[in-house]
Amino acid sequence: MDDLIVKTITRLIVPFIQLYGIYIVLHGHLSPGGGFSGGAILGASMILFTLSFGLEEAKKKVPHRISMLVETGGILWYIGVGMIGFISVGVLWGNKIAGFDLGEPGRLLSAGMIPLLTLAIGAKVASTMITLFHTVIEEDE
Amino acid sequence: MSKLLTILVLAGLFVILVGSILRMPSLGSIDNPSYNETTTYYLEHAVEETGSLNVIAAIITDYRAFDTLGETTVLFTSIAAVISVLKSKSKGGH
Amino acid sequence: MELLTSILDHINYIGAAALFVIGLYTVLTHSNLLKRIIGINIMETSIFLFFVSIGYVSQGQSPIIQLSETTAIYVNPVPSALILTGIVVAVSITAYALSLIIKLYKAYDTLDYFEIMEKSQEVSSND
Repeated sequence: MDDLIVKTITRLIVPFIQLYGIYIVLHGHLSPGGGFSGGAILGASMILFTLSFGLEEAKKKVPHRISMLVETGGILWYIGVGMIGFISVGVLWGNKIAGFDLGEPGRLLSAGMIPLLTLAIGAKVASTMITLFHTVIEEDE
Repeated sequence: MSKLLTILVLAGLFVILVGSILRMPSLGSIDNPSYNETTTYYLEHAVEETGSLNVIAAIITDYRAFDTLGETTVLFTSIAAVISVLKSKSKGGH
Repeated sequence: MELLTSILDHINYIGAAALFVIGLYTVLTHSNLLKRIIGINIMETSIFLFFVSIGYVSQGQSPIIQLSETTAIYVNPVPSALILTGIVVAVSITAYALSLIIKLYKAYDTLDYFEIMEKSQEVSSND
């Protein structure tokens, strides 16, 4: 759509929405949220951008190659973190057994492999929502 | 006519559901059958075994990380299904 | 009355049952395909509400452990962790069903269930 008010407000608000989504994904082990809700917020910000600026502009920001790479990279990263424990000890997805440093509870860099898995889930959910929306909208034109 | 019959059958279903709901233990009582040794184990030992303060994040990424892998596969399969339906070229039309 | 206090004690579960019956009525009565998909979504939402309400403990806090209080009652976290997978499965099924509806609209040019059945029987009897 070609409305000037919607475009201006979107241009002002989308960075704050993405910052909020990244905050929820990063603090998944300290406060309510985690991978799924943070990924949904990041996907929703790109859907807002696509709706107000059109499909051509959104395809320049997130082309099909990048969303494909992020999606498959998310699953491979998740399995890779599990294989680290399997190779060294024999237990898939082991946290304390496989040698991850647990740290002090309450700080940002703590809890071993939990922030790594949360990042993988957040990226995957966001790229799923963007790819689904672009595929359905492209069929319309 | 058939709409009235549908409403009657669904009202009967609602009465049966409410009749069996009223025999459940009340909302919020601590001696639920579902507040058992698994839950107290997760609530007591989550901080010292995983180091995260969020118990639900510790459950879905550390204690039961395999189920989250299955769910990630479901997300990936849905993308593959949608793309394979929408981007196929039909050979001839009606 | 004793029945009224009993109903107020189970108000979440009765709300979930009412939502389920409303969703089922929507699927059975309307003939538009999009309204049927919305009815299926309403039924799934009612099941999520029913399942998560099982873990509620009155005067309990949300399950983020506070290190300074050692005797605090927390809400049961296990049903919430199980429903997270269910929500993702519901979203995937809705996305796939909507893509099938797009293909049906392109082939038959209408979204009404009975008209689609008539047109497909017409086409198959003409061949």
